[in-house]
Amino acid sequence: MHQIACHECDLIHDIPPMPTRGAACCVRCGAVLLRAQANSIDRTIAWTTAGLVLYVVAVTFPFLAMRSGSIIQETALLTGIQQLYSQGIYMLAFLVLLTCILIPLGQMLGLLYIFIPLKLNVRVKFAIPVFRLFQHFKPWSMMEIYMLGILIAMVKLGKMATIVPGLAVIAFGLLIFVLNFAITAVDSHMVWERLGGES
Amino acid sequence: MKVALISARKAGMVSCHDCHLLSRMPKISGQQVAHCPRCGVVLHQRKPNSIMRTWALVITAMIFYVPANVLPMTVTSALGTTQADTIMSGVIYFIHSGSWEIALVVFVASIFIPFLKFIIIIYLLLSVQFKSIKRPRDRTILYRITGAVGRWSMVDIFVVTILIALVQLGFLANIAAGPAAIYFATMVVITMVAAESFDPRLIWDVVDEKHE
Ligand SMILES: [Zn+2]
Ligand SMILES: [Zn+2]
Repeated sequence: MHQIACHECDLIHDIPPMPTRGAACCVRCGAVLLRAQANSIDRTIAWTTAGLVLYVVAVTFPFLAMRSGSIIQETALLTGIQQLYSQGIYMLAFLVLLTCILIPLGQMLGLLYIFIPLKLNVRVKFAIPVFRLFQHFKPWSMMEIYMLGILIAMVKLGKMATIVPGLAVIAFGLLIFVLNFAITAVDSHMVWERLGGES
Repeated sequence: MKVALISARKAGMVSCHDCHLLSRMPKISGQQVAHCPRCGVVLHQRKPNSIMRTWALVITAMIFYVPANVLPMTVTSALGTTQADTIMSGVIYFIHSGSWEIALVVFVASIFIPFLKFIIIIYLLLSVQFKSIKRPRDRTILYRITGAVGRWSMVDIFVVTILIALVQLGFLANIAAGPAAIYFATMVVITMVAAESFDPRLIWDVVDEKHE
């Protein structure tokens, strides 16, 4: 039995030992106070590893190709960012790079950095700041929004040319789900307890 | 789950922003700060200066909203002619070409959601400042909605990025990002930070005070 305060209305709750799967909600405002995950460590590591493989495919393979008559033009995931950069719009290039490429990668590397030592029962330096960053950067990972952008761009260019999705788009689409599974598998209450308890 | 029906602040406790550990709020004076015993972050019972910070951010975002909508988002040049498109003219283009569902998605994400966020955040700020006790639970849900939907406004920036990538060598046309793109992206980022800087517990503090 321990106490926590709701992060949205500050009401104090006594939390009994949680079942392996289940969530506790605030009785006053309905916010989810904590959500227990079964096998959090193994599932997070498994999904994150799968995500890294997909990530490599998404970044290196052809992303979208545009065919108009006999001309085919291939692009990679990074092409748009390079073009923004060469047009001199550095801030946008940086923002897209950050939200769709760097932060998702950082999330996966961060998760492995925290969860592999938890699995092996060893301590690593900077685990607490890494996990803190992971939590703060969550809303800034925007791959699913980029995917919606692809759909809109395809409709927009559909009149002019045929857009052919490459292997990287498929990997990118799968990565959205896999990374989401990895993040949902994280039992943050358990992680904080283990990270804090060991020090 | 037992509930004491008292807020952490009233009980002299503080909940850590990052790790949610509930601990006793140490007595501090002046420039001193208290740190979370578990994760070490600086403890605050409420987000510091939440109301003023949120006002400043939401007003800045509203100022950026104007050029983001008025200036061209993309400049397309094909066969010697150039065409500048704003967000709204992009929406109208989709309606004319028969893809009204895409028109709706772009309109909602780029024009409606930012506007809705301004209204909700300002409403929440005023309701706290005027010490409203009406429907605190619904207002908390509104706060949760603003946090969840704001990121989707980014979609137009990504559309521009993808268009530029695909039409890069100019064999059909050439597309460049217009001046609105930077204003728009800045507006979305600032609105996301504004929603984050509002502290929903302020809504409930007013309710707690009135119940005494
Ligand atoms: Zn609550
Ligand atoms: Zn803490």
